[in-house]
Amino acid sequence: MTVPLLVILAFILVSAVVGMVGRGRGEMSLERWTVGGRRFGVILVWLLMAGEIYTTFTFLGASGWAYSRGAPAFYILAYGTIGYIISFFLLPPLWRMAKRLGLHTQPDFFLARYGSPALAALVALVGVVSIVPYLQLQLAGLGMIVEIASGGAISSSVAIVLAFALTTVFVYTSGLKGIAWVAIIKDVSMIAAVVVIGIGLPTMYFGGVGKMLAELMRQHPTHLTFPGGTTTMGVGWVTSTILLTGMGFYCWPHMFASAFSAKDERTIRRNAVIMPLYQIPILLVFFVGFTALLVLPGLKQPDTALLTLVTRSYPGWFAGFVGGAGAVTAMVPASMLLLVASTLVAKNLYRPLRRGAVTDAHLMRASRGFMLIVAAVALVLALWSPNELVTLLIFGYDGIAQFFPGIALGLFTRRISARPVILGLLAGEAVVISLIWTGNDPFLGMNAGFVALAVNTLVTLAAMAMGGATEAVVSSES
Amino acid sequence: MRARFSLAVAFVPALALVAGLPFVNRLEPVVFGLPLLLFWILAWVLATPAFLAAAYLLTDRVPADIPAGARHRPADGAGR
Repeated sequence: MTVPLLVILAFILVSAVVGMVGRGRGEMSLERWTVGGRRFGVILVWLLMAGEIYTTFTFLGASGWAYSRGAPAFYILAYGTIGYIISFFLLPPLWRMAKRLGLHTQPDFFLARYGSPALAALVALVGVVSIVPYLQLQLAGLGMIVEIASGGAISSSVAIVLAFALTTVFVYTSGLKGIAWVAIIKDVSMIAAVVVIGIGLPTMYFGGVGKMLAELMRQHPTHLTFPGGTTTMGVGWVTSTILLTGMGFYCWPHMFASAFSAKDERTIRRNAVIMPLYQIPILLVFFVGFTALLVLPGLKQPDTALLTLVTRSYPGWFAGFVGGAGAVTAMVPASMLLLVASTLVAKNLYRPLRRGAVTDAHLMRASRGFMLIVAAVALVLALWSPNELVTLLIFGYDGIAQFFPGIALGLFTRRISARPVILGLLAGEAVVISLIWTGNDPFLGMNAGFVALAVNTLVTLAAMAMGGATEAVVSSES
Repeated sequence: MRARFSLAVAFVPALALVAGLPFVNRLEPVVFGLPLLLFWILAWVLATPAFLAAAYLLTDRVPADIPAGARHRPADGAGR
């Protein structure tokens, strides 16, 4: 057993044990499993939301983008901030409604607000279809991190199977509370790793961050302005992408539902105030990507830039630490995605198909059962699917963001009913699919998802104007 | 009125991060070692908590902060 291998295995095992112990005492109920009994304070909500935001994409994708594309990567720094500003106004009324009606999932909201089972099912379907590639991306990233950091001692597939099996076990036993506890390990170790390498690597090779950036500007004068190392990602693409992903941020079913776990709406607002500070580590990840571009030019897979540079520059135990932190960074979002996808399937797709009353205990068992199925599907895809992950994720983000008009208008005006939302959503999804499938992303220099969201919003507003005023349906479900 | 004002305050950084970008898409001047574009984005991200805290303080004293959202509240306030 090599040193990095031991460190990585220790990370994965300790996280899984913490996740299992973190469930607390007492009987597990649907309410506790999915929304932590709605008792989380500022710190747990922060950990949870932060835990979902920092994914393997941030670790590998942000450094990879900084390496290969340069300035367009800056959108990652900006869009979360836009997302938090929107959440400051959007989440409190949402939380109130969720608390009052006992909502667990995003389609629950659509059903309660619009009274349309068809709309709720459509939202659930788009949600699950978008979550699976996201989950798959976490697993593939995990495999890559562990394989490189362990110097090939653990193969990607072994790492994926081991870490994901343990993740599935702790989500099964503990639900949301267990995830929040593992998020503590993840955040502390990930931030420590990023601070050390984000400042350490530029200093090691260039004598400081400023000197590294000066060298980068000298060698690659166009890398740090839009469109950087690309031809298509100009100012139009960046601004439309920031807007789309900022609005789509809390449209993800797991982000949406994480707001339900807060104990009061003040918690949510305070959280929105401090969250932007959590973007700073992304800047450090960019610095690593830039350093790698100068030190290791010409890498075939830019996503490996961060880890390759780390293993070349630091002793084995530290590479193991970064690898372990990276593995947990995949496990936490994966566990949340797993939990939410299974609740969506059980509560919003399976339950409406069953006649008669379904008890919460029955739904709880069904959610756990579906969780095992979703986990198996994601595992199979991660081990054997082609490398089209990033495309799938973009597809997912563009698809999810189309919920925005239905959520925002639904919360802030009574004059909208189910039909305009369904028409807008279908129009938006149709535009996303056709633009991406025909290779028209970016379209006219703008993010295709943004174009779709514009069409979606226009269709929704037009249908609203034609449909006449209808009273909001806010009914307790079934 | 207060809610409107807090909305305006909170969206200042959003405007700077989106509408401001075409005007700062260059390297010079370099500020604290960062090229202008990166400095601009980072500065606004770091300033956002201050703007949101101001919006929080503006709305915190008004219980029904967002009037439209409050309309969903039923008269009887029935829980789960």
